[in-house]
Amino acid sequence: MVQIVIDGQETEVEVGTTILEAAKKVGVKIPTLCHHPDQAVKANCRICVVEIEGQKLLQPSCSFPVWEGMVVRTNTPKVQRVRSNVLELILAHHAQECLFCSRNGNCELQEVTQDMHFTREVRYTNETRHGKDESSPSVVRDTNKCILCGRCSYVCDKIQSVGALCKEGRGFSTKLSSAYGKDLADSTCTNCGQCIQACPVGALTIHDDTEHVYEAMEAGKHVIAQVAPAVRITIAEALGENPGTVNKGRLVTAMKRVGFDKVFDTDFSADLTIMEEGHELLNRLQNGGTLPMVTSCCPAWIKFCETSFPEELPHLSTCKSPQQMFGALLKTWYPERSGVYPKDIYSVSIMPCTAKKFECVRPEMNSSGYQDVDKVITVQELANMICAAGINFADLPETEFDSPFGLGTGAGEIFGATGGVMEAALRTVYEVVTGEELEDVDFNAVRGFEGIKEASVDLKGIEVKVAIAHGLGNARKLMNAVKAGEADYHFIEVMACPGGCIGGGGNPIKNWKKMEKRLEGVYAEDKKLPIRKSHENPYIQKIYNDFLGEPLGEQSHKLLHTTYIDRSDIFKS
Amino acid sequence: MNTSHTPAMQLEQVASLAREFKGKKDQLMLVLLKAQKITGHNALPEDVAVVIAEEMGVTKNHIYDFATFYAMFSTEKRGKHVIRVCKSTPCHVNKASNAAHMLEKTLGIKMGETTEDGQFTLEHIECIGVCDRAPAMLVDDEVYGPVTEESIPGILSKYQMQGEEI
Repeated sequence: MVQIVIDGQETEVEVGTTILEAAKKVGVKIPTLCHHPDQAVKANCRICVVEIEGQKLLQPSCSFPVWEGMVVRTNTPKVQRVRSNVLELILAHHAQECLFCSRNGNCELQEVTQDMHFTREVRYTNETRHGKDESSPSVVRDTNKCILCGRCSYVCDKIQSVGALCKEGRGFSTKLSSAYGKDLADSTCTNCGQCIQACPVGALTIHDDTEHVYEAMEAGKHVIAQVAPAVRITIAEALGENPGTVNKGRLVTAMKRVGFDKVFDTDFSADLTIMEEGHELLNRLQNGGTLPMVTSCCPAWIKFCETSFPEELPHLSTCKSPQQMFGALLKTWYPERSGVYPKDIYSVSIMPCTAKKFECVRPEMNSSGYQDVDKVITVQELANMICAAGINFADLPETEFDSPFGLGTGAGEIFGATGGVMEAALRTVYEVVTGEELEDVDFNAVRGFEGIKEASVDLKGIEVKVAIAHGLGNARKLMNAVKAGEADYHFIEVMACPGGCIGGGGNPIKNWKKMEKRLEGVYAEDKKLPIRKSHENPYIQKIYNDFLGEPLGEQSHKLLHTTYIDRSDIFKS
Repeated sequence: MNTSHTPAMQLEQVASLAREFKGKKDQLMLVLLKAQKITGHNALPEDVAVVIAEEMGVTKNHIYDFATFYAMFSTEKRGKHVIRVCKSTPCHVNKASNAAHMLEKTLGIKMGETTEDGQFTLEHIECIGVCDRAPAMLVDDEVYGPVTEESIPGILSKYQMQGEEI
């Protein structure tokens, strides 16, 4: 421990603590931009400079470690003047269009500008850096707003190991780019949207598709929505409530008021996924299929596997994701029962995920003869729609999801957290294999935020070894082991986003502290539900009896399973 | 964006060079400088970056970031010989701009361009540390200075002849 003095306040902190962290401890807020609580220190924006007694130059507090007896001053006129100049230079390269920016009101640069009370005019001509890339269905990259903090490329490189973003050039002409100036759509980008979560400003944002939904509503289409498990965890947070506030009743009410004709629960098709995927696993185990089998719910993971591990594609489960299973049913089974023609249906899914926008336009996702899911709207976009409709989310009464796809189980509910699909599958597979009731449905070994989790489950004599990875960097490690033949797992769950879908790119801006709260919300919700195993969902049983036949049957194969393609060419050209 | 294809033989040469430095990210500068020579165009087109990325275990975007940062690299095809005229102060006051104009006139290209026959690319460069020979320039790795209107044809012909021999 070392004794230091910050702005006259004495405090004791551990060796190696940065001035920024120490200042936080004594209640001093130093402005930051390139600093992110979940990332390594970059110290390139210089907005956090402070004065250290005995040092001639100001030092960046985010990277400068404390020493015994250090005396720091964070708010002298000199410090404030320098910070103000630094900010002015950043603003000179930042597009001045705050009012029309999707991060308006939720922008770190705005916050810093406001906190520092920077009200004078910028003395330099405002010169921004080139164009806007709207090629990707998921992520919009606007280099005119980029402040070159490097937080996006950090998460893309170090956490996701994707490497789709980099800086190009030097000095004044530096800009955010992809290798060889490629558009995001032509790059290795997996559409996971973690860069959006890391961006302090509006340089990386969600591709906004709300306009298309309004158009469909205006055109008199039968607009139906499915709502992913993670959405009920983060929607209230997106509308200003505390992280971890779970609410589906108010969510359904709000969506009805926005103009959706029917609101269904993707938990239902998550249960369906478990039925198909569980039986596929059993089939592979019993008939010598390719093992380990890897989950296929996550579209960013699928694209990552298609680009980086094309030779391992046979490991992927052939099951469509819950979104696409639901999409197929909504334009086949649902029209038969509701009397609405598939061509009149506009199917929207509400997702915590930006990669789902890419998934729904994959050409093979049209089992119904139409594009199965017409549009994907993220949590952030839905929150905008709710606000725009003048709905006060906090005061809404509760409404149930619409029948017949309104009932999901606790197993479907936990899909939103890392390890959730695995746990849900185990709950069902255990009972199918052993024929006995599973008494304790909580598989604690597969829960939590550890990067790669391993567990072994005894199915009455058959030992099933499982592994769970979240974050594509961890997935890469796991797949390298599979490739090298060093992994003897039977079943692997991969989610591209750190923490699983509750950490997805389409959610409100996150950090690990908020993620802890969201995770608590997921498992609390699971505990509350009367049915916690997918195969016990009565509507699942009904749909198999009435329509699908049996898991892995002919109809299932046609509607609920898919194929993958080798995309490794993306690296070559 | 460079869409040209590098011959397979050169890509193999680059691959075996990069393989020696597998996992040694700190040696990227060295690898890129050598690779740029191998291509014969003084450039690091995308297919070359792909090979280096694969063999060294770095990402392509890191190579692009690196190559666009340093002036000695180019991601676009350049001439067989790169002429770099110093534009720093000591050279400037010793009339480097005259030399630059003379070069532009003789080669029929502007700064940053490449001659049609692919022999020369003309560029500016920051101080190369031979201020005593101002105005100075580099042709590939060779230093020349003081460069005068009179000395330019002689220097160029040396490289043009080299070109004819090959």
